[in-house]
Amino acid sequence: MEIFWQFDFPSILLGTLAALVCGLLGNFLVLRRQALMGDAISHVVLPGIVVGFLLSGGASALAMMLGAGVSAIFAVVLIEVIRRVGNVESGAAMGVVFTTMFAAGVVILEQTGTAGVHLDVEHALYGNLESAVWLEATGIESLFDPAALGALPHDIGVLAVVTVLVVGFILALFKELKLASFDALLAQSLGFSPRFLGFALIVMVAIASVAAFSAVGSILVIAMFICPAATARMLTDNMATQIKLSAVFAVLSGVLGYLLGAFGPLMFGSYMSVSAAGMIAVVAGFFQLIAMLFAPQYGVIPRRWRQKNDLSNGAASDDIPSVAL
Amino acid sequence: MPSLVDILFLSAGYNTALVCIGAALLGAASGAVGVFVLLRKRTLVSDAISHSTLPGVALAFIVGELFFGVGRSLPVLLVGAALSAGIGVLAVDWIRSHTRLTEDTAIGTVLSTFFALGMVLLTVIQSMSVAGRAGLEGFLLGATSGMTYSEAMIIAIAAVVVGFALLLRIKEFTILCFDEGFAAASGYNVTMLDRTLLLLLLAVVVIGLKTVGLVLIIALAIIPPVAARFWSERVPVVVALSAAIGAVGSYLGAAISASAPDMPTGGIIVLVLFSFFVVSLIGSPVRGLLAAYLRHRRFQGQVHMRQGLLSIAHDEPILEPVTRKLLVKARFMEGDGRVTPTGYAQARVIARDQALWNLYKQEEPDEAATVQEWSLKLIQEVLPPDTVKSLENKLGARVIPVGV
Repeated sequence: MEIFWQFDFPSILLGTLAALVCGLLGNFLVLRRQALMGDAISHVVLPGIVVGFLLSGGASALAMMLGAGVSAIFAVVLIEVIRRVGNVESGAAMGVVFTTMFAAGVVILEQTGTAGVHLDVEHALYGNLESAVWLEATGIESLFDPAALGALPHDIGVLAVVTVLVVGFILALFKELKLASFDALLAQSLGFSPRFLGFALIVMVAIASVAAFSAVGSILVIAMFICPAATARMLTDNMATQIKLSAVFAVLSGVLGYLLGAFGPLMFGSYMSVSAAGMIAVVAGFFQLIAMLFAPQYGVIPRRWRQKNDLSNGAASDDIPSVAL
Repeated sequence: MPSLVDILFLSAGYNTALVCIGAALLGAASGAVGVFVLLRKRTLVSDAISHSTLPGVALAFIVGELFFGVGRSLPVLLVGAALSAGIGVLAVDWIRSHTRLTEDTAIGTVLSTFFALGMVLLTVIQSMSVAGRAGLEGFLLGATSGMTYSEAMIIAIAAVVVGFALLLRIKEFTILCFDEGFAAASGYNVTMLDRTLLLLLLAVVVIGLKTVGLVLIIALAIIPPVAARFWSERVPVVVALSAAIGAVGSYLGAAISASAPDMPTGGIIVLVLFSFFVVSLIGSPVRGLLAAYLRHRRFQGQVHMRQGLLSIAHDEPILEPVTRKLLVKARFMEGDGRVTPTGYAQARVIARDQALWNLYKQEEPDEAATVQEWSLKLIQEVLPPDTVKSLENKLGARVIPVGV
């Protein structure tokens, strides 16, 4: 059991916090059709992280985060400039910027020989969830021992702070965010600036992804911005319920995904373990698939079943599927 | 390391030359296909396609290695990539059309979960065999250094095939992109055409995996079309330009990457393509920044000149330095602020012109509102002669007194 607390617990905590913080913000991204923001941000921060790493001469978390923040802001500005000035469709503008910035990051990484030392692209994509250890832990009692808690991996502390920040942000601005996401015009006429809220949201997304990124890798960040929120959206129309549900799915994916990654192969008699970050994202995607198929009201199968029933009863269907135009 | 010049002129060895040519053909094919994807506003679908190749590559490797001992063979891996990317595209379409989730959510879901599945499978491979994984790393960021002759050949031939397939359907795709309803009414199967387009996109993504890598391959289908779009409004021209930009960029990128150590092929190609984009953004005569700036300056000049001359006509002092400078330059004013005789003459002309414009606005407010050059040019340069004639008759022979 000591091994669990020393090696598995910190990884689970890290993965779950990352999943939670991204999953919560994802609710607004999914509603605002900005689901790919997480994808874009996690690509564009690479050059910033590399430059931060180079300038600070080592893996200083603060320098790398600063670099990431600067490149995220730079990217947002660049996308806007290309979109407005060049009259380029926003998806394409995003594609131009994030591929270019990622390419720049890769080239700097290879050219400066940073690759392989401490940073590499695969690390950035896959994260390094399994390397989180808590050697001071002796058992569950360590959770109440301040000295032992202080020795938790640094990333966990950062993510915990960011989680509090994100929860506070959502609680404080819930009404405004909801309104701005559903009806930007009404929000504006009521005196909230949807533009400011949109910007604040992107800043929070950038902070959350940068904080989660170094621990769990960009792919898990991208998945968590989308899957838990999309799963919850299949299940409810109520925004508050959706957020709560998304938090539940994020945490479940984090815990289940890690356990499957670490111990799943054991069930097949193999002693290896597979990528935990990958497994968490796969589990989150699996939840979404189940919700898309079986959600009581919006799921594909219940809807089809209802249609069939309505037709065979001779009643007009009140659940006409929307025709894609 | 051979020098860049040698590589550019294809004299740095047979393999390097073939890799560069293959990259150029790939760039041309993806640039051409990308134009239609851009016009269909489905650019980011390519992101889902490229990421969802990973589980296919990994599975093909596992199956190939375990059962046939051919895990590292490029065709086997590419077939696996194509299959799983195909499933990815269908999944995006399914989520978009059968659930309440929007397309961006569908794309994000597919790209992240498929890629994550690929990551899981890669760790399985890692524990299976250490030596074999070396072949897979190149798929992430692209690696042409270890490419064999037959691999380069496969890439080149496949790119040519995709290019020809696109040319065969270019008319249908054009109609589809501009007027989906018209395409459907003309008897084209829109769904089928869309699928074909995505199939071609999928093909270039899969072919490009080895050269550019799956993270950056989508740049080949995005940046050249966006850059080419700045230069023309006509589809065939944009397609040709985009193919050319893609080809030259990929060729240059592959050559630069072969000429020096630690130059990841994919990254360099994307940076070269981006530089083409920047040149287009700034330099295009129609939609470029420079052209827009010059147009703005010209417009500003017109407004200043007109306002200056009107001020002269109304005997008002001209304080705005820009206006003064323009008037002096046109010799309507001396450097010390005195108005020249030609200045007064021109002021009279403009004042009368302005009176005609004002009258026009009074008489025909609706039409005047649609005239973009209202009071920017002389009225007879914009409106038909008979309209001007009748306005002049209404205004009568009133002469606007000017100066002195």
